[in-house]
Amino acid sequence: MSEPVSALNGASFGGYCDVTEIGLRGMVTLRGDLSAAAFKKVIEAETGLTVPGQRKIVHGKVVSLAWMSPDELLLLVSYRDAAATAARLADSLNHQHAMAVDVSDARASFRIEGSACREVLAKLAPVDLYPEAFGHGDIRRTRLAQVAGAIWMPDEASFEVVCFRSVARYVFDLLSEAARHGGQVGYPVET
Amino acid sequence: MLLITCPNCGVAAEETELHAGGEAHITRFGPEASENDFEDYLFRRENPRGVHFERWRHANGCGKWFHAARCTATLEVFGTYSAQTTEPPREILETIRAKRPAWTWRDLK
Repeated sequence: MSEPVSALNGASFGGYCDVTEIGLRGMVTLRGDLSAAAFKKVIEAETGLTVPGQRKIVHGKVVSLAWMSPDELLLLVSYRDAAATAARLADSLNHQHAMAVDVSDARASFRIEGSACREVLAKLAPVDLYPEAFGHGDIRRTRLAQVAGAIWMPDEASFEVVCFRSVARYVFDLLSEAARHGGQVGYPVET
Repeated sequence: MLLITCPNCGVAAEETELHAGGEAHITRFGPEASENDFEDYLFRRENPRGVHFERWRHANGCGKWFHAARCTATLEVFGTYSAQTTEPPREILETIRAKRPAWTWRDLK
């Protein structure tokens, strides 16, 4: 069987922040009634995490679980485990109006690291990224220039971005351009 | 700039994150309907200078549809509400009546 490769094969760029394509990552989309106890029970038993509230992401040792919309969650696992996790969840959700689909190969993900990482994203997305408005534990689906993406902060000095695989090069170029040396604008402004 | 709060995910989304879906609360008339009803359903739209009810989709966000009541002249948003309804909720109408006493829109006033 052919070797799986990520969209940009781990491309990276060094600027005032470092931009790296994360490489292969397992992603399982879960849809169902997020308020239903039966649905929550299946998700919590599989992941060991509590179903996150509106626009929140929760992190475990190896998996993360993100709120994507009122009826959708995104489960981040290792690439190797994605297919089996999706199959197991689909099986457990069999009797509910819900689904679990392995979407790992449809996505690309990036990491932006550096103390000024907020401004790299603030240049591209119509989102308030001041620390009071957005921080660790929050996730935001938005647009990055012309394409859809989701962003969150694993810690105070980095962002992770997911987008569709078909626009991986576009998003990488955007992020690199925004993170280029000499392009710093001093966001957020100290008050 | 138009800022509309999506009732599905709570984000005060900027206009470019949203997609406009045309007039709200259009009653669908299907193949068995009279020609006049069908014509109204297909073509007749309000084009007010003032209070308007619209459908919007949070396209670059949670992906869900919702309704918004806003003023086309000032861009003031009176409120947003669920897409799963055939008429504006009472609170929204009260808000509009308080702010624009002379207002009318189709059969509403």
